[in-house]
Amino acid sequence: MNVLLDHLPQFREGFLGTLSITAASAALALVLGVVIAGFRVSPIPPLRAFGTAWVTLLRNTPLTLLFLISFFVIPQIFFPGTSPFVLAMMALGCYTSSFVCEAVRSGINTVPLGQAEAARSLGMTFFQTLRLIVLPQATRSVIPPMSSIFIALTKNSAIAGAFSNTELFNVSKLLSDKGFAIGWIFLWIALCYLVITFAISGLFRLLENRLEVAR
Amino acid sequence: MSEVSVTKDAAPVANALVALSGVNKHFGALHVLQDIDLTISRGEVVVVIGPSGSGKSTLCRTVNRLETIDSGSITIDGKPLPQEGRELARLRADVGMVFQSFNLFAHKTVLENVMLGQIKVRKADKKAAEEKARTLLDRVGVGAQADKYPAQLSGGQQQRVAIARALAMDPKVMLFDEPTSALDPEMINEVLEVMQQLARDGMTMVVVTHEMGFARSAANRVVFMADGRIVEEAEPEQFFNNPRSDRAKDFLSKILHH
Repeated sequence: MNVLLDHLPQFREGFLGTLSITAASAALALVLGVVIAGFRVSPIPPLRAFGTAWVTLLRNTPLTLLFLISFFVIPQIFFPGTSPFVLAMMALGCYTSSFVCEAVRSGINTVPLGQAEAARSLGMTFFQTLRLIVLPQATRSVIPPMSSIFIALTKNSAIAGAFSNTELFNVSKLLSDKGFAIGWIFLWIALCYLVITFAISGLFRLLENRLEVAR
Repeated sequence: MSEVSVTKDAAPVANALVALSGVNKHFGALHVLQDIDLTISRGEVVVVIGPSGSGKSTLCRTVNRLETIDSGSITIDGKPLPQEGRELARLRADVGMVFQSFNLFAHKTVLENVMLGQIKVRKADKKAAEEKARTLLDRVGVGAQADKYPAQLSGGQQQRVAIARALAMDPKVMLFDEPTSALDPEMINEVLEVMQQLARDGMTMVVVTHEMGFARSAANRVVFMADGRIVEEAEPEQFFNNPRSDRAKDFLSKILHH
């Protein structure tokens, strides 16, 4: 019990670490995922091929392997001195973007074809059609899977703890290495994760309800 | 079926706005458009009729390249239809399209539906776009519904909004792909009246329809299609009173006498 009270600053730091890595990766994954989904449905074959390759490669690779590449290949070859936080964000963000892309693409497929045809008939370009007509209408059906993806992302962020990032998993390991009772540590860590994941579910439920009213 | 040579009594080609020549299209093994030659002059109202599956909707959709063609050429105002891209988008802006299923943007209000193309494609000022949208909505008789969403309107009202949306782009030609086929009978007239008015105002129109009354009263020319071919082209009086091909006689006898 005292583990928490005695190490409140560490737990707080770990909680904020998990939160910030999750938030940063989620933002990256969201932007990349939507862009790649646009590529995958575009009429331009090279873009489509790139999108398919991106998803196939990242979705089917173990996340730990992506972390290894991100931490040991990218700084060596491209950007030496990149902070562990940014490297972890890149690994998590790119990995998750492939799942976001597929969720968005399934959302795009729920919008009747006539909507896009009408937009193109008015003279909108492909990207205008996607941005102004199709994606806004796809959003509602993308929300439920997106919530699951971001909850998974929160839990995946634990891997970043093994790569010199301070976050919940990392804190629990440090404390248990010091010999504190592991049961209590895990209980607090689990509670911290639940706070974040419940917040995500709540946020997305709110979004879902708001969008329902709008139509 | 007797093949009657198609008369080309219409249109001096110099005034041609839309010209299709030797157009062929397949859907898999199905040859939906077979050597289609059709010229539509400025200000002309051409009504395309024919049995289901005759290719008339496909024909209509090839004109703004919602359907691609396998061979032949289509020109609009002298310019051949470009490949997918900005060029094609610019050309489509000049070709208004009205669909059987309305296809109003479900997440936008009626007013926004009519403003969107003006602002995003024509780069019109927001204020001017709204003014024009309201004028057009009044003209088609749905001005009072401007702030509602499409789903809150009746089919007839939705289709009139769709016509206003197309008109907002100041199109050179309007394509109507069975505009009344999805409507309840009592709503058909309100849409046809708007189309009649457009025809009287001199809009160039291609109308695919089953409304023979509209064809009789508004068309300059009737194009009868069957099995992917243009079987007969004639003025409405001549076509309805004295069709030359057996296929057209057969078709008319089925729809006019019961």
